[in-house]
Amino acid sequence: MPNIKALNDLTVQVRRDILRMVHKVNSGHPGGSLGCTEFFVSLYQEIMETKDGFDMDGKDEDIFFLSNGHISPVYYSVLARSGYFEVDELNTFRLIDSRLQGHPTTHEGLPGVRIASGSLGQGMSVAIGAAEAKKLNKDNHLIYSLHGDGELQEGQNWEAIMYAAGNNIDNLIATIDVNGQQIDGATDTVLPLGDLKKKFEAFGWTVVEIEEGNNIEAILNGMSTAKSLTGKDKPVCVLLQTIMGNGVDFMMHTHAWHGKAPNDEQLEIGLAQNPVTLGDY
Amino acid sequence: MELTMKTYINSGNKDTRSGFGAGLTELGKSNENVVALCADLTGSLKMDEFKANHPERFFQVGIAEANMIGIAAGMTVGGKIPFTGTFANFSTGRVYDQIRQSVAYSGKNVKICASHAGITLGEDGATHQILEDIGLMKMLPGMTVINTCDYNQTKAATLAIAEHKGPVYLRFGRPKVPNFTPENGEFKIGKAVQLTDGNDVTIVATGHLVWEALEAARALNEEGISAEVINIHTIKPLDEDAILKSVEKTGCVVTAEEHNYYGGLGESVARILTQHNPKPQEFVATNDTFGESGTPAQLMDKYGLNSEAIKKAVKTVLNRK
Repeated sequence: MPNIKALNDLTVQVRRDILRMVHKVNSGHPGGSLGCTEFFVSLYQEIMETKDGFDMDGKDEDIFFLSNGHISPVYYSVLARSGYFEVDELNTFRLIDSRLQGHPTTHEGLPGVRIASGSLGQGMSVAIGAAEAKKLNKDNHLIYSLHGDGELQEGQNWEAIMYAAGNNIDNLIATIDVNGQQIDGATDTVLPLGDLKKKFEAFGWTVVEIEEGNNIEAILNGMSTAKSLTGKDKPVCVLLQTIMGNGVDFMMHTHAWHGKAPNDEQLEIGLAQNPVTLGDY
Repeated sequence: MELTMKTYINSGNKDTRSGFGAGLTELGKSNENVVALCADLTGSLKMDEFKANHPERFFQVGIAEANMIGIAAGMTVGGKIPFTGTFANFSTGRVYDQIRQSVAYSGKNVKICASHAGITLGEDGATHQILEDIGLMKMLPGMTVINTCDYNQTKAATLAIAEHKGPVYLRFGRPKVPNFTPENGEFKIGKAVQLTDGNDVTIVATGHLVWEALEAARALNEEGISAEVINIHTIKPLDEDAILKSVEKTGCVVTAEEHNYYGGLGESVARILTQHNPKPQEFVATNDTFGESGTPAQLMDKYGLNSEAIKKAVKTVLNRK
């Protein structure tokens, strides 16, 4: 049985990491990162089967691709706290000569990262390619990917969504972070996404909805269901309803903190709402 | 006064894209990690045989080039060597950001194989022709750019790029052109091939213009002008030493390519000359223009991309020496 308290403690610590990372360099994307913290913690601590160490090919283990690369703070924090590199390296986020670039990349050789992302809409195709390679290699492990909801406005996603269904990519679980926000405002006002469940189903996917996307137990249950639906000829989509900025009250339910760092005072408030659990880097 | 000159025999006109197809077929048998992806142009890219031999390693992605590039990048995670196939226009400009981020910046071992490059695509016209692709691709850090001249060389290049780790853009074409390089010849990425010895002028040519350069050299030879023809199949990394050595001897150069002179081979040659040994240079290339419909021969003539144009450029450059 997963230790929910330990996972929640890690979640709080990751939130602190995110706030401190973006505050230090006065840039980065805290809103989406905070909204997906519980998902990343669950994914790397409980859901994925991974080997020790890191190699690019990822044979005989589950693989994750982050398509909405701007939420790199949560990705880096969880990778570090899952043992891919030293947590102290989080100090170098967005600094010159760092492996922790503003958006994730393989270019600097950071363990855990298998594709560059940041220019949106490309990760679904990459995930499908890796899923096809797993099938060719007769490797029964899964591919996981995460995409922003606003990111679905990029047309390449729909090419990929069509391909995955048409080619029975049933070893892929693509999760959409449904927070309803993007840089210019609510997705409903910028460019409405419509009924995503119906859209994915119409394209031939199996859809799992996780309504409490900031609740560890709900995520574990939903992802467990998603996993049980793999291997049945259809790709699986998880619609993860999250709250942007979750865990820091003044950042929640708004797009205002999509790409803005807290000032000193705001940082203190945010950290006070998330007291140290495992220890700061 | 006619000088002695090494001559080349055309063993029969063939399309370079068929050289790609033949190379891919061979790779299918020799390298189980090679996979092929196509965006609804399997016949045009001559990928049918690979598809028939290895249906499990052939991926039809439909008319969705962006997705194709992304899938190819993803397949390298797992050790595959993906060869993507579509027209040059749809292999580059249409998917530039996908290649830039998911392939080049990510350092993925993807081979972007592009047929119907240049103006000799012919009758389909400017929407399908591309004269900007060499420039687009050579500007991407880490991208190897290859433009082959005939069937044999295209086949050899296809085999060679599978052994090279890193992203490659392989450019070839549609029309049947003279096949004159050796069958099963060695292909060294980044190594120029000197075709003739000459003292008066260096002609640096790539792709379909290499045979035209040889034709021009033959005609010039009859007039007593000795041209050194260099076949540049790899535009990036460019064999700078071979070019500088030849130009040091001849004192001038004509570059020839089926591409806009903005961003093409000529500009790469001009850069190294400017840096190391400035000498007069003339450009045989298209002059900042789109193409149009017509037969390949008509278009090469109208846009100044044949042996006559090369001869004329040689005369001009000789006057500037």
